[in-house]
Parts: sequence; structure tokens; C-alpha cells
Amino acid sequence: MARVKSLHVNGKQVAIDSDANATLLSVLRDQLDLTGTKYGCGEGQCAACTVLIDGFPRHSCQARVGAVASRKITTIEGIAENGKLHPLQQAFLDEQALQCGYCTSGMIMTGVAFLQAHANPSEDMIRGFMQGNICRCGTYPRILAAFRRAAEMMRKQAG
Amino acid sequence: MTRRPRKIDPEIELERYELSEPPLHQFGLERRDFFRLMGAGVAVFLVARDAGAAQQPAGRGPHGRESGGRFHFDERLPENIGAWLHIGENGSVTVYTGKVEVGQNIRTSLTQAVAEELRTAVGTIQLVMGDTALTPFDMGTFGSRTTPTMNLELRRVACAARNLLVAMAAKRWSAKTASLIAADGKISDPASGRSIEYGALARGQTLAKALVAHDPLRPATDWTVAGTSVPKINGIDFVTGKHRYPSDIRRPQMLFGKVLRPPAFGAALDSLSPGEAKTMPGVVVVRDGDFAGVAAPGEYEAERALAVLKAQWKPAPDPQPSNKNLYEYLKSHTEPAEHDGFFGGGSVETGSVEQALASAPVRLDATYTIAYIAHAPLEPRAAVAEWNRGKLTVWTGTQRPFGVRDQLAQAFHIPRSQVRVLMPDMGSAYGGKHTGECAVEAARLAKAAGRPVKLIWTREEEFTWAYFRPAGVIDIRSGADNAGKLTAWEFHNYNSGPSAMRTPYVVPSQRIEFHPVDSPLRQGSYRALAATTNHFARESHMDDLASRLKLDPLEFRLRNLDDERLKAVFQAAAERFGWGKRKSSPARGFGMGGGFEKGGYVATCAEVAIDRARGSVRVVRVVTAFDCGAVVNPNGLRNQIMGANVMGLGGALFEAIEFANGKILNDRFSRYRVPRFSDLPEIEVILVDRKDQPSAGAGETPIVGLAPAVGNAIFASTGKRIRSLPMVPQGLSA
Ligand code: FES
Ligand code: FES
Repeated sequence: MARVKSLHVNGKQVAIDSDANATLLSVLRDQLDLTGTKYGCGEGQCAACTVLIDGFPRHSCQARVGAVASRKITTIEGIAENGKLHPLQQAFLDEQALQCGYCTSGMIMTGVAFLQAHANPSEDMIRGFMQGNICRCGTYPRILAAFRRAAEMMRKQAG
Repeated sequence: MTRRPRKIDPEIELERYELSEPPLHQFGLERRDFFRLMGAGVAVFLVARDAGAAQQPAGRGPHGRESGGRFHFDERLPENIGAWLHIGENGSVTVYTGKVEVGQNIRTSLTQAVAEELRTAVGTIQLVMGDTALTPFDMGTFGSRTTPTMNLELRRVACAARNLLVAMAAKRWSAKTASLIAADGKISDPASGRSIEYGALARGQTLAKALVAHDPLRPATDWTVAGTSVPKINGIDFVTGKHRYPSDIRRPQMLFGKVLRPPAFGAALDSLSPGEAKTMPGVVVVRDGDFAGVAAPGEYEAERALAVLKAQWKPAPDPQPSNKNLYEYLKSHTEPAEHDGFFGGGSVETGSVEQALASAPVRLDATYTIAYIAHAPLEPRAAVAEWNRGKLTVWTGTQRPFGVRDQLAQAFHIPRSQVRVLMPDMGSAYGGKHTGECAVEAARLAKAAGRPVKLIWTREEEFTWAYFRPAGVIDIRSGADNAGKLTAWEFHNYNSGPSAMRTPYVVPSQRIEFHPVDSPLRQGSYRALAATTNHFARESHMDDLASRLKLDPLEFRLRNLDDERLKAVFQAAAERFGWGKRKSSPARGFGMGGGFEKGGYVATCAEVAIDRARGSVRVVRVVTAFDCGAVVNPNGLRNQIMGANVMGLGGALFEAIEFANGKILNDRFSRYRVPRFSDLPEIEVILVDRKDQPSAGAGETPIVGLAPAVGNAIFASTGKRIRSLPMVPQGLSA
């Protein structure tokens, strides 16, 4: 049985010891104690488990750890830089775009990738891109507002 | 394991019953131990007022000496505590409450309540919630009871603590208490210019006071912290992934559990052979009666071990109903009323409905049906269980930590005192996590493994083995006179529940009856419970009557209401919505619905866009006006109201559990549609802040106006009256 012994997570090479078929989600949470990435469905339907793989948002419940062993993985714990929150994290706080917060890391991780690619997204674009992310608490209106705010912050930062 | 309880399960359907006072809390802690645990300082206990009053003369505790309406106790702490707080030597305030945070933001609103009365900054206050070893007994967090009860209790205990601090400072300075001022975490004496911080007053103290607080509280009109939009406490932990939900708890040496589920409800485990699981490294296989499961070093290993178990199941003897014949089933399986009054089944009647119906010029009879739906909290049930020398500790997501503690004690035949349940702020519940099945399962696995075990239910398990919002049938017969006044109202609810079953409209002759049913699926509480379905039926029916009477729906409602607060929210919502400004058309419909429940008044107006060719219905705009008395946190409240509307869209339009032969057929998000970004209407919220009224809970009631408002809007556009929830699971039929 093939084992995977290390992963590149949040800018560092880290040691793990996992069956190659285990999900990335379980390895992140259970071996690396990066529990900010959440389980919500295990079938690619809720996006609570979203991480970035080489910069693209992916469902970590669907990724086998063997398939991502040589990729760069970023989780919610890895997006603040030098202790400064990512603009989207800050925008979630500013807009109070959470209730129970269980969907929040998946929303933010999906959004980080989206805002990277779209500096000035329309509301329809955001909705379309975020369609795969479920918030059972129904915080969608605030999440949209957080996206708009973050996009603006990022545009300002970019000058 | 049967999932077809013959009787109502009081564990999960608390709201059918009058909420009784909780049993007295057995604190069982000596004062010495207490301060050893807490550190020196000042502790103030609020004796549960109502429970205390019933048990003993006012102001006298079982171990107390009365003194001026307050009592001091010697060594034992009082037993009947409603809430308590501790002020440490560094001025930090720790408040203990058995309530839990499930996303409704009470950690924040309760902190505000304490800050308000203690006159100290929100940042110095920490809440310990839902830990059965540390917090006073609490029946559970449901029924929108936290704000009207716990918020008030914490304000009282904080107020009592403040008065105590003032008294301590007065003594120290030989000053009069009346001349001292408590503000910003300090007591000061304006006359002499002296001031002392709370922490300094608490230094070196081991002072514990139990108070039956009757101190007047600051009225809402003077609030400075309560009533403001304090952001979510520890919000940063949520946006950085740092917060640990129940499913994120980790213990040394922890294993991962999986439970073997029967192929259908009611199946019994005939035989089990571990097969290859026996030789898998570190895998523990457990069988105990109908329970079987595994624990393994990793989740992947646990899944593999579970997959190789060889089990024989004996199917349930009776044929099981399906959602296809659900409504006939419900009507033909009523049970006799269990106890007196509405809540066990039973009726209320005023006037003679038969006569009133017979003589009414305008008559309408209609039946409404309601499907089972799932709560589907994004964090499924999760528990981490750990045994230590016969003592059991479980971290789990539940709305009733004390109830789960008792279930665990029962399941393992150990005294409650040997069980501790902790409830970290969880990934929500919506009424769906009253029970402790996952905690019991994790504890059973941990017991066998001799190590801590984490068990997280899969989404499929959560959809199948949790419980549902009750399905139901509602029959209404009504009559009105030509002046547009209701004259007769008969309302029968089968199974869905009696919450908000009474009409808020003035009707001289009415009969309201709840019929309990032997439910084919395990059912229980849900956000607003039956208030949603009862409002759907009633408000749809009102709309129907209005159209028969050729009256504007708003005008018809106002004509039949005498409750000023309810009228006010209808008017506020209608005004903001622009009610009557635009006429419904085949492509657009406008509707309204509203009512009263759990101390809150709500009215919702909805605009729907209809595409007849495609059969699609989209809710494009919603305006909700809500009055829950004095608002504690406006921003948090708006969030709750928007969320309730979004969640309500699912039950209104498309959510329904499908089942047959003891199986849930749509047990995952790819088969059970929940509201997503594409479903989101523009939502406007109007807060009617009634500072003259006590604060009521707000997590539930705002949901009740949406479904009827949408149904009425569909009717206004299409002339089609839809009397079933969900209304358009397959779109609008031609
Ligand atoms: S848990 Fe991965 S998409 Fe839901
Ligand atoms: S905030 Fe609870 S699921 Fe989104």
C-alpha cells in the first residue's frame, strides 16, 4: 500500500504518514491538526472543505492525498501574511459575514482564489462562482457584501 | 435500534410541552475547592429565582443565613443557581451559563448584557457555556428562551455583582454606597476623586455571595452596550480557522470511530463477524446488542475497517410507509391525546363554530400538507469521548449538554456526577441537535478501545439517523361576513405541532385542535418548529379569503387584527415593500404573511418572478419587519432575520425528505437541495425596536412569514393556490 510521507502545506514541507488513498481533508485535520478546513458532505457539494491546490480552490474531501503530494496546498490557517489578515478575512469581520461560522473557511478559501482572478467582480459573477458553497445559516447576503468590500480593499492595495 | 418511537420523544420534542422549571442544580462544590479552581476573587451566584421561590422562603437558601434580602453561606455553595460570575484579581470577569452558542450569537449578546450591568468593557468578559462541570444546570438552548430568560438572569447577576463591588469600595473608603459610581470596570468616588478597579477590589478575596437579585436593571432606553452592534466575540478565530468546533477537538492518543448502520430503520443486528478488520493494525471492533462500530488510528483506516465488517441484519417486521402515501398515513394514525391541554393533543373552542360556519356568507375549506425536512446543519453530529478511571468526558455538539450528560449516565449505568459534557460553539443546529446519540456512540467506542475516540457523523448519517421536522396535515374551515370580518375558524393540525396554532386574528367562534400522530419517521424540534407550518396554512388561508372577499390582503388582515404590535409590523413591512404600488402580473407576484410567536411579531412581504414556460419561481425580494421587544444586538439580529428568510426558502420551495422501506432516499446534498447563492433574494430587514418591551428571542420567529408570503405572491401572479410545503419542488406545473 503506497504511503505518503510528506506534504507541502502553507509554505512548508511537513511530515505526514498516510495511505495515499486517504482524503486530503482527513490528513490536514487529523494528522496536521489544521482543523480550520471543515467536513460538510464528503461529496463535493458544500465546499466547506475548500483549500487551494497550486492556487486553485479544490474540495479537499475529494482529493486523495497521494494525488497532491507534490502540490502546494494552502489552508485557511495559511492565508494571513505576517499576522495580517487577508483582506477577505478582514472583510468577513467587518461585514460580520458569519453566524455559526462553520462555512466561513470554505467561503474564504474559495473567495481568495476568486478575488485573485477577478479584481472587480459583478454580483452575478460572485454568486455564480460561489454557487457550490453552502451556508446553512443563510449568511449569503453578508458574504456577498464581504466579497465586495474585500475586492475594493484589494484594488486599493494594488494601487 | 428502532427509529419509530410509538410515543412522542420528550428529549427532542420539548416544545410540545409547557416548559417547566429546571430541577435544582446540584453544584456539589465546596467553597474552598471553588476558589482553588477559580483563583481568588469575588464570585456572585444568582439563586434561580423561580425555582428558588417555589422551594424556600424568599432569600433563604438551603445553606444560607438571611440578611437583608440576601443570604451568605458558609462552606457549601448554594444548590439552585441560575447563573454565576467570577471577578478575578486581574479584573477579568468569567460568566457561567448552561446555554450554548450555535451561531445565534448569544455568546455576544449575553456578554453585552453582563457588560451593561457590570459597567465594564465587553473585552474583559469571558463566557463559559454549556460545560456540565462548571455551568449551572440548563434545560437546553431552544425555543428562543435564551434572550428572555438567560439574558435577564445574567443582567441580574451582573447587577448584583456591581452592587457588591460598590459596597466593598464603600467599606474600604468608609463612604456611602450611594455616592459611589461604577463605570469602566472601576468604582469611583467623585467627592474624593478616589477610584479603584474591580480587579483591585477582588485581590486577595475569596468572597462568594449568593443573591436573590431584585435590583432594578438599567432600562433599555439607557443602554449603552446592550442595544449596540458589538461584533461577534472571537470573530477572528472563525475567519482564521482557529476556533475549535466539537468536530475539531483532539485528544492525545485519540482514535477515529465509525458506526455500522442498519440497512433500514428498525433492522436488528443478527450476526457480526469482524472479517479482515481483525487483522488491521490498531483497529478495534465493537459489538454491543444492535450497536456495532470500529475505532482506528485514522479516519481512512476506520472507513476501511467498517467496510469489511460482515453483518447480517433482520429487517423490521412491519412494512414501512413512504413519502408517497404520507398524508393519508398521518391522518389515519392519530393517537389519543397524551395529556390535557393543547400540547399533548387537544383543543380549544370558543363560541359555536358549526353555527358560525353555517351562517357565514363567505366560506372556505382547505387542506394543507407539509413534508418532513432535515435541519442539515453544516457541521454534522460530532463527539469526542474520553474515559478516565470510570469518569467519562465528552465534547459534543448539542443544544442540551445536560440532557446529553443524563443520556450518557443512563447508557453506561454510571452516576451523572461521573459524566462531564462540554459543548464548544458548534456548527449550528436549528433545533436539530437536542439528542446525544453521537456522544453515546463515541463513548461506547472509547470504552472498548481504552482510548479517546472521535466520531463525526457523515452527511448521510446526519440525514438518516438524526431526526426531522415533523410532516403534517392541516385542515382549515373558515367563514367571514360580507364586511370582511372573520366569523368562524376551525383549525386541525395533524402531527406537525401546536406551536403558534392559535390564530392572532379576532374570530368570535373558533375551534383549534392538535392531533398527535404515530410518526413514521423520527421527528423533533426545528427552527420555529410548527410555527412555520401553522403560519403557512393560516396565512395562505387568509390570503385566499381576502381574494374571495375582493379585499386587499393587507386591508383584510388589519380589519381582523386588534393586536397593535402585529398590525405595526404588517404596516412597516408593507410600507417599505411598497405594497400596492405595483400590481401583480403573470410574471411578477407580490404577497405577504406574518404573525406572532415566542414573544416576536413578524411580517414578511415577498416578490416572486414567475416564468410559466420554464415553470420556475424565483423569490427576488423579501422585506421582513420584526419586533422582538428591546433589541440587544441590532447587527446580530439582522443577520438572524436574513438567515431565517434564506433557510425558510428551502422549506417553502423545494426541501422534502423522500423515504420508502425504512430508507431515506435523498440523504445527501446532491439529492436534497438546500438554498444556495442562486436562490438568494434581495432581503431587507426592518427592526421595530421596542425599548419599552422585554427582549424576546429572535432566532426562530422571523422564519414564519416567508413561506406564506411566497405562496401568496405565487397566487397573486398565477392564480394558482399551492397548499403544500414545499410548494414547487419540481417547479411550477403548467
Ligand atoms: S466536505 Fe468537501 S465539498 Fe462538502
Ligand atoms: S455561518 Fe453557519 S453555515 Fe454559514
